[in-house]
Order: sequence, then C-alpha cells, then structure tokens
Amino acid sequence: MTGMEDDVSEMREPLVGQKILRTEDQTLLRGKATFMDDIPIAKGTLHAAFLRSPHAHARIRGIDATEALKLKGVHAVITGEDIKPYTKPLIVGFANPLDYRGIAMDKVRYVGEPVAIVCATDRYRAEDALKLIKVDYEVLDAVVDPVRACEESAPVLHEAAGSNRVSHRVFNHGEADKVLDAAKNKTQITIRYPRNSVTPMETYGVVAEYKPDTGGYDVTSNFQGPFSVHTVMAIALKIPSAKLRHKSPANSGGSFGSKLTLFPYIVVLCVASRLAGRPLKWIEDRLEHHASSSVAPSRVTTIEAAYDDDGTVNALRMEHYDDHGAHLRAPMPAPIYRMHGLSTNCYTIPNVKVTNNIVLTNKCPTGAVRGFGGPQLYFAIERVMNKVAKELGMDPLALMEKNLIPAGSFPYRAPAGALIDSGDYQQVVKDSVEQGKLDWLRERQKQARAEGKLYGIGFAAAVEPSQSNMGYISTLKTKEEREKAGPKDGAVASCTISVDALGSVNVVGDSTPQGQGHQTALAQIVADELGLKFSDITVNLETDTQKDNWSIAAGNYSCRFSPASTSAAKTAAERVRVKMTKVAGRFLNVPEDDIEFADSMIRSKSNPDNGLEFRRVGGLAHWSPSSLPEGMDPGIREVAYWNAPELTPTTANDEINTSLAYGFAFDFCGVEIDPDTGNVKVDHYVTAHDCGTILNPGLAKGQIRGSFANAIGASLYEEFVYKEDGTFLSGTMADYLIPTAAEAIDPVLVDTVAIPSPFTRLGAKGIAEGNQYTTPVCLANAVADALDYEDVTMPLTPSKVFGWINSGEEMAPPADEEKTEERLSVDFSGDALRGEGETFVPAPREKVWETLLDPKEMAALIPGCKELDKHAEDHFTGTLKMGVGAVRGTFEADIRLKNMRKPESVEISGTLDGSLGVSRGTGWVELDEVEGGTNVRYHYEIHLSGTIASVGGRLLSGAARLLINQFFRALVARAAPDAAPRKGLLGKIRSKFGGNS
Amino acid sequence: MKPAPFSIHIPDTIDEAVACLAEHGEEARVIAGGQSLMAMLNMRLAEPSILVDVSRLADLKKLEIGPDGLTVGAATTQAEVFHHPDLATHMPLVREALTHVGHIQTRNRGTVCGSLCHADPSAEMPLLLATLGGTVTLQSSSGTRTLSASEFQTGLLETAKQQGELCISAHFPSLPSSARWGFREIARRDGDFAIVAMACIADKGTVRLGVGGVSDAPTVEEWSDLSTADIPDALNRLAWKMGGTDDIHASARYRRELVRRIGQKLIEETLS
Repeated sequence: MTGMEDDVSEMREPLVGQKILRTEDQTLLRGKATFMDDIPIAKGTLHAAFLRSPHAHARIRGIDATEALKLKGVHAVITGEDIKPYTKPLIVGFANPLDYRGIAMDKVRYVGEPVAIVCATDRYRAEDALKLIKVDYEVLDAVVDPVRACEESAPVLHEAAGSNRVSHRVFNHGEADKVLDAAKNKTQITIRYPRNSVTPMETYGVVAEYKPDTGGYDVTSNFQGPFSVHTVMAIALKIPSAKLRHKSPANSGGSFGSKLTLFPYIVVLCVASRLAGRPLKWIEDRLEHHASSSVAPSRVTTIEAAYDDDGTVNALRMEHYDDHGAHLRAPMPAPIYRMHGLSTNCYTIPNVKVTNNIVLTNKCPTGAVRGFGGPQLYFAIERVMNKVAKELGMDPLALMEKNLIPAGSFPYRAPAGALIDSGDYQQVVKDSVEQGKLDWLRERQKQARAEGKLYGIGFAAAVEPSQSNMGYISTLKTKEEREKAGPKDGAVASCTISVDALGSVNVVGDSTPQGQGHQTALAQIVADELGLKFSDITVNLETDTQKDNWSIAAGNYSCRFSPASTSAAKTAAERVRVKMTKVAGRFLNVPEDDIEFADSMIRSKSNPDNGLEFRRVGGLAHWSPSSLPEGMDPGIREVAYWNAPELTPTTANDEINTSLAYGFAFDFCGVEIDPDTGNVKVDHYVTAHDCGTILNPGLAKGQIRGSFANAIGASLYEEFVYKEDGTFLSGTMADYLIPTAAEAIDPVLVDTVAIPSPFTRLGAKGIAEGNQYTTPVCLANAVADALDYEDVTMPLTPSKVFGWINSGEEMAPPADEEKTEERLSVDFSGDALRGEGETFVPAPREKVWETLLDPKEMAALIPGCKELDKHAEDHFTGTLKMGVGAVRGTFEADIRLKNMRKPESVEISGTLDGSLGVSRGTGWVELDEVEGGTNVRYHYEIHLSGTIASVGGRLLSGAARLLINQFFRALVARAAPDAAPRKGLLGKIRSKFGGNS
Repeated sequence: MKPAPFSIHIPDTIDEAVACLAEHGEEARVIAGGQSLMAMLNMRLAEPSILVDVSRLADLKKLEIGPDGLTVGAATTQAEVFHHPDLATHMPLVREALTHVGHIQTRNRGTVCGSLCHADPSAEMPLLLATLGGTVTLQSSSGTRTLSASEFQTGLLETAKQQGELCISAHFPSLPSSARWGFREIARRDGDFAIVAMACIADKGTVRLGVGGVSDAPTVEEWSDLSTADIPDALNRLAWKMGGTDDIHASARYRRELVRRIGQKLIEETLS
C-alpha cells in the first residue's frame, strides 16, 4: 500500500473534498479484480449462444433445430415459443399492446435480434450448433428513419400497436404557439442526432439458475439498475420478486448506462436454464454487443425560437421524433422524459411547447447511454440559440448571457417543471472566459481566417441534472391515466453501516459502481462522520437482492451517486453516531451534546482527555449488551433510506421536477478544418462545471475527462450505421470507431464556483455527464461557424465534412478517359448495393442466352457452384461455396428467372443463405447483337445482411464487384470458349453509377 | 465469437509445410502472426479445417537489410523489421510506412509477408511492395518461383499465390541515393486502415506514385518530366482510373479528392 492513508490520518480537515487516491485501484491496476466472466461457476453449468436474425424485418415461418440437437455436447435449443409459457411480456411505463419477451416470437424486427438459444457444454460447441439451426424467414420491408416510420405507408413493426408511433404527447408550458405566431423575429432548425453508445470494455454477462425448490431463479450478472427493472423481470417471470435473487459482482468493466438493458437476457436465460435443467452462463461477444445490446435513441427534432431584437428569447417550440429501434424496454422512453423539466435548458425562456413522438424502427432497441436524453435535447436548443445569434448578427456568447438564468434567482422553477436548485451561471462563464483565454482565441481565429484557414469558435451551456425523479416517466401518461395509476415520485437511496465487535466499520451501499470510485467517496464520508481514518472504513458495493437493503431507485445511472447515495451514507453514519454517542455519553458521564468523534476516539469536547476509543464503544454493543442504555437494541447496524421531498409527482399541467440537483456546464472551443481532408481538428477546448460540493477532486476530474473523451467519440467518430433496408454495418471496432489514447484531447478544466445543492446532504450534484451535453453541440457550433454551414450532423467524419465544404461538382474525368474497371457503388444512404455495366462476349446472342439459362452452364458461371438443380424452367437451387480471399462461406442458392424474352432479356433474382449471412439480389440482363458477338448489359441490386454486412463493410463493395466480375468472366469463357484469352476482354466494361459516389 | 473446429499443424521444415498445404488444398490456411486470420476465424468468416503455423520455422525468420534493399522472411514480424538498426539507413520509406501499420501490439505479432498475402486494399506493406517494385518468393512441393509485385497482386484480398504454395519471403528494393521519397496516409484514427495511403518516389526526372485504399489493389503510376502545372491533370486521370468505392468511412469521391489534393501535396513535397 502507499503511504497515502497515513498522510491523510495526520490531517484534521474533513476527508470530503480531498484528492484521495482510489481504494479500488489497488486491485484493478494489479489485474486482481474479479469481473463477471472470472466468477467460478457451478459444475455442470451450460454455456449459451444466441442465434440472431440476419434480417431487419421478417416473419418466422418455422425453426428446425433437429440437426443442431444431434451435435455432441448440445443439451437444448430454445426458441421464443418455448419461452412464452413461462413468461409474460416485459412491461414498460405505460399501457400498450407490445409483446416483448427478450427473444423473437413470431417476427424478427432488427438485425441481431435473438431467435434461438443453444445450451451446450461449452461456448464453442454452442456456436457450432448455431449454423445447423434452420430458420424459415419471410422477409418483410423495413423502416429505419423515425419520420418515415410515422407515415401511413411505412411497414409496421408491431401489428398489435397498429402504428410505429407508440406514443404521441403534446406539452404546453406557457403560450409558445401564441408567442411564436405573433413574433416579429423567429427562426427554426432541424437536427438529427445519430445512433451511438458508449462501449464498455466488459460486455454483458449472466449466469442464471432455476431453483426447483422455490420455483425462483438465482442470477449473477453485471446488470446495473435501476432496480425498478427487477420488478419488471419478476413480473415477466411470473414469480414473487423475492424469489428472483440477483447478485452483482464486485467489479464491473464499465457500463456508461449500457448494462441496464441486460435485463431481457436475464429473463430469457432464466427460463432457458429451467428448460435445459442446468445453470446457464452467457458472456456477450463484441459483435453481439454492437448489434444488439443498447444504444442511445437517435432523434430528429425541429425546433423554433421566437426572439426580440435585443436577443431575448421568448419561446421555444420543438417536435421530437425519438427513435427507439425495434422494441421498447423499460424504462424507455425515459431519456426524453428525464429531460422534460429542462426543456428550456439554462435560459429564462418563459414559453415552451414540446411534442414527443416515440417511434419504433427496424434497429437495435435503445437503452441508457451516458447523458440519457441530454445530448439530443441540448443539441437542438444550443443549435437554435446559435442560429438566433447569427440572425441577429450578435455574438453567440452575448446572446447566451442575455438569456441565462440570473444568479440569485435559485431555486428557479423552469416552465416545464425543473426546480433548478442552485447555481451562479454568470460566474462560471466569467471564470471560463478568463481562464480559457477567450480573447486570445478570438484573436487566433481572426489571424487564421486572415490566412484563409477554416477556423470556427463554438459555445455551449447545459444544466446537468442528477438523481432522477422516479416519477418522471409518468409524464408520458395523460393526467387522467396518472390519476388512475396513482402517484409516482421520489428516488429512494439506501445505505447500511455496521460496527462490529472489534469496532471496525462496514458500509454497504446500493450504487452498483462501474469504475467511478464510489468505495473511495463513501469511505471519505463515513470516516468524516465517525472521526475515523479513511483506511478504517470497509465499503462493499456488491449487491444481493435477497440480503441487502435496496429500493427501486438503486443502481448506477443518471448521476445518482453524488446527490443520493452519498446522502444515504451520511444519514446512516449519523444514525451510527447518534447511537454510539448515547453509549459513550453514559460511560464517560458527559452530556451527549459534549461528545465529539475525532482521531478514532469518542470523547468530551470540553475535556478531550475524557474519552474512549471508537472500537471500545463499538465492541460494547456486542460484548456487553447489558452495559447499553436502557431500551437500546444490541449491536450496531443502521440502515438509512433517504429520499428528497423536492422530487414531487408530475402536476396536472404536466410540469415535472425531473431531477433533484442541477449542476451547470459551460464550454467553448476553437476548431480548424482542413479544406483538403475535411478533418476537424479541435484546436482549443475549455470546459467548466459547477457540480456543487466536490467530494473528491480526483474523482470529479476523472469524470469530466471521461465524459469529454466519450463526447469526442460521439462528436467525431461514433455511429451505428444502418442502411435504409435495415442492414447493420457497424459490427466491429473497425467499423464503430471509438477514440483511443492517440485521439485523446486534453481540455482546459476551469476552476470555478462549487455552489452546494440545498437539497442533498453534502451539497453534491452529479458531474459524470456534463460533457455529453455540451461537447457535441459546442463542436457543432464551431464547425457551423467555420464553414458557415447549418445542417451540421454528428459524427463529424472527414468524408462528410469535406462534402459540406465542397458541395460543387467534382473535377470531371479526362475527356479521353477509358474506364477499364467496372465500378460498383455502395450507396450507404440507399437500401441496396447497386451497380451496372456491360461486357462484350465474342459469341452469338443465342449461344450467350443458352449459356446464361442452362442449369449446368449457370452452375459453372456462379462462383463456387458445382451443381444446380432445375425445379422448373425458371427455378433452380443449389449449394455453393464462395468467398473472397480467406473469407469463405457455404450458401444455399435459390434462383428464379422472370420476364424471359428469349434471347433478348431476362430478370434473374436469387437468394443466398448461409451462416455468414443472407443476400438477396436481382439482376436485369439484356443481350444486344453487335458485330463479332454480343453485348451483355446488366444492372443489379443486392441486399446483404447478417454477419458479412456487419463486419465486412469496408470491403463489401469490392467483394461484390469481384464476384460479379467472376460471373461475367466465366460467361465469356463458357459462351466463347474458343475466343483467344486476351487482355482487356473485360476492358470493354463500362459503367454508370446509381449511387452518389 | 469462437472459431469453428480446426486442427493445427506445426511443421519443422518448409518442405513439411508445403507438403501439408499440398495435401489439404483449400482446407488449409497458413497462419503466421494471425493478426487478420484470427479475427476472421473468430467471426467464422473463414473456416479452414487445418492451420499450418509457420511462425516458428527458423528458415522463415530471415531479415536482411543492406544497400540492395530489404529481404524479409515469412515469419519475421513487422516489429522486428521496424526495430532493425539498419532500416532507417537503407529503407527509410519502409520505416515511415511501418509506423502506420496497425498498432505496436499488432506489429509485434503481424508479419510483413502475412500482410502481403492477405492483400487488404488499404494495407501499407502491399503498397510499398508495389511502389518499390519488389518481389515475392513462393514455394510449393514442385519448386519455388519469384513474382514481381504486379504479378503477385491480383486484387482485393487475392494474390497469385496458388493452393499449395507458401510465401517464403519478400524483397523490397532500396532506392538509389539520388531518389527522394514521401509518404502520406489519411485514416480515421491512428493505426486505422487507410482511407488513402500514398507513397511517392522522385528520381532523375521521373515521379512514381503508389496509391492504396482506392482501388482493389495498390496502383502505381509513373510520370517523366512532370511539371508542377501538369500534376492536377495527371492526378485527376489517376483518380478516375482507380475509381474508388464508397464504404462506411468514406465516399468514392472523397477518395478521389484525396488522391488529387493530398497527392499533389505529396508530390510537391517530395520534389522540393
């Protein structure tokens, strides 16, 4: 151990507020921490592997697991139909007809959706069995855009719901319509927030076991809470919640919110363990995590603002299309409602109208992601504020300052209901401008622009909410529905502190930490309260729902720890102190108000020599209950349940104090954009945070830097990309790019005010999410400034930014350019790979036609195909083995010919189905007689899905072109075997392109 | 992400390795550093039934760097090449390009020849082999043959290496002392696959430019007496000749634009 604890013990000032090194790091840095996959499992435990949908939308006509079950080591193959009798649908926060149980039942609705579970003696065998399961899919049209999904003509994901818009609510706080209609000045902007997440190093992990004796289930998983979802699981499993025992390991390899939506897997694996008759373990792999774990809702928002000539903004009106993917999972659609009270951010805008459309699309369902609704909302508000400034010709910062909530007006009730507890926003801005050298930055911009550089400055501010009101999701319901359901509010935190027979102190909390340093902070708080050394306090934050105290708000989310978990710990420690004061007072014969806890002693303040060691007093409660004051219970174990009365239910007018404590973040930055590459270089970044009482500056700065790094990822790199047909393209870490150490940016951290929250016990507010809110839009505002371009979307990829700079025509090919290679365009905004071309075959047209349509000949044309069976004139099937380079797969081919006009034209459609994925394609082929042979013109479109599309995105188009070229080379060779193989036979291929390349 | 079952064969000699490859045909794959193949195995994109591990064959550990150039055996890692004391003297262009090959961790395992055989269109080592006019030596049970880069590099993830053949070594010629060189790579992040990578060599009035990441295999163009005024047209012609494709990270047009703009900068700085 370091000498750190000893140094601390010498100090008399409180431990809270000191930069104390993390107790957690001793195990973590030595590689000794136990994570989910390290926990020993019971003998006989089976390993699960999921068969997942390669399609974005399809009906399941049948599942045949016969061959999979024959494989050695495979104990069971379980499908949705098997799960159904043991479950009820997983409920969400409002009544709806959706039936979601964590595994596909009649339909699949996104690429990666679980379809079946193989339970085998090891994961390798389980995965071997996956490809032997035959699923008969009827592929359906998919929809991925949330606005398009609300149109009448869109394919409907859940027929029972009747529409993809599963909730529509309009909220009026003030008179936004009236103000906007009458406004002299107004503006609007539409923003698109992408689909992203924060990817933890450790993926999901579950061990589930059915307990036949109780009819319940024992589960160990890295689920993070909120534990309100424990009730959702128990209801779905049709058991009393006490019989669903959930344990969390001591260490977590990160979550950032993502491990909330592990819960549907827990339900499915519980039932699977029951059916397989053994404990069952599943560790999610990276591909599964990307395709199918949890993402932030992407969103389209149109926001309008009405403003005066002096920059005062009078009203905001916004309509959100919040895209939740294929299913709603509790507590979704929470992110949009968690921010509802803050619909006017940090500004004194008196009128706001909000329209929320909760939409389902054929994408991975959503969950918690660091920032939880804030990045989406603030991106819209801070972009429109920026636009108002631009239209007024005002400095954006001056406009923000004009509208900031004034110091001295806290607690401030925002129109949508947030009771913003405390702050001094003007001081934070002032400190930032000074310490972040804004004047210097403006001069730097002037110089850069004089040199012709693309340089922009951006600003952003945000209220940072912490400790969610457990009632906010009810805002989604109408007043009448809320009245019927009864009130929901508050946010209960609990903490248990025991003093044992040798007087050592043990703290048990309900915060399921994921690396933030909760053990350290709680030890600081309890040590202060009890006058002990930091090292005297043992903190255990593993959870066991059958043995620990917990309530529905327990868990690790929405900056809950700093306001709530600390308040519970403080309260529990106070109770221990009260009890020990009574015991010591009697022994020392001093009045209770003269007792102090200091230097590991309990002693008289007025006569410090009259005291007892803390451990002696603790021991008495165990060794000599008879010595205790009359009526006092023996032992020392105090449980505190803490709640904040400010977290009131939604009012009749839909106002809701969505969170308890509200910090403030303010950022500004300078960016330079390379006109040749579109690369956005963050030249200067300044970030300031008022998070109230700082428990430990080291932990606080770690949170700011961590959130900033995540936000750089969201701003510059990260997006889960889907094609219009629902094909998922971001399956690996080479497709979904996260910033690494090499991309890290060191921001200027401003030293500013720390205004304590009046509503939390230590005055602390959350700080872990601030840069998720400010950084993306701060950078977007800077890019908009640099390029004078409005429709800035994230991530700011160089290729995209380059397109904003260079919207004009590309330099034309040289006039004499003879294109020698066919090119294929993969249009990522479109729904398919498309291409066209033509080739000359030195053979008569009839011969080419015969070659194309004869099953034997066709088999020879198709790469890797040995034989085709002819079922009808126009229907062939066969097995083929093909690939590119080392990538090889076996596929079942099903080929149909349509619109045959011998010998002129034919339409060939086919499906290739294999373990690597499924591709469906159609080619239109026309044969023209020309001198010396036949000109074959063709165009085609290909839909690719499954693994190959998810992991091979970078090389897909090249691979498709290669295989098509192989086909035509073979055609030339088969139709004109005598033609001298000459270079440039394919040189006649010309092409036009369907995409936007 | 667990691989399908396979057996592994660890030969003691090159002859044994090629005999094994001949016996198993397309069911066998060679593994050396495994930095591309292991990922493909784990994702079951490739399911060979036998892996022939050549990483421990002493005869393939060749590493010679001298005035003639660099000769690297199939089991020699990228890191071993990078850390060779004579690399900077004789092969500064290779040294520069190696810093862009993956990351320190992957270079410790990955081999130069493995990268050449994998033939990723964005990879730096194939680009250098093409630009420098290097060769690859292949051995099979019927003998050895040496192919030039243009003969060897046939396309996307494809080479002229036949079933039953093992890549023994590759040779990268050094540049004459009169030559100047430059290298530029545009990638999303440090160590990522190149969106466009370019190597430029200027010597005695000729300019040679190798481009990776745009078409299926590295493309090399050579001009003599290229005047500054001619560069834009020359690069535009090259850009359109290669075409490029859209992928998740960049559009085809973006790739062509980088060839024009960054290509021009690279040629100018190489000539200057």
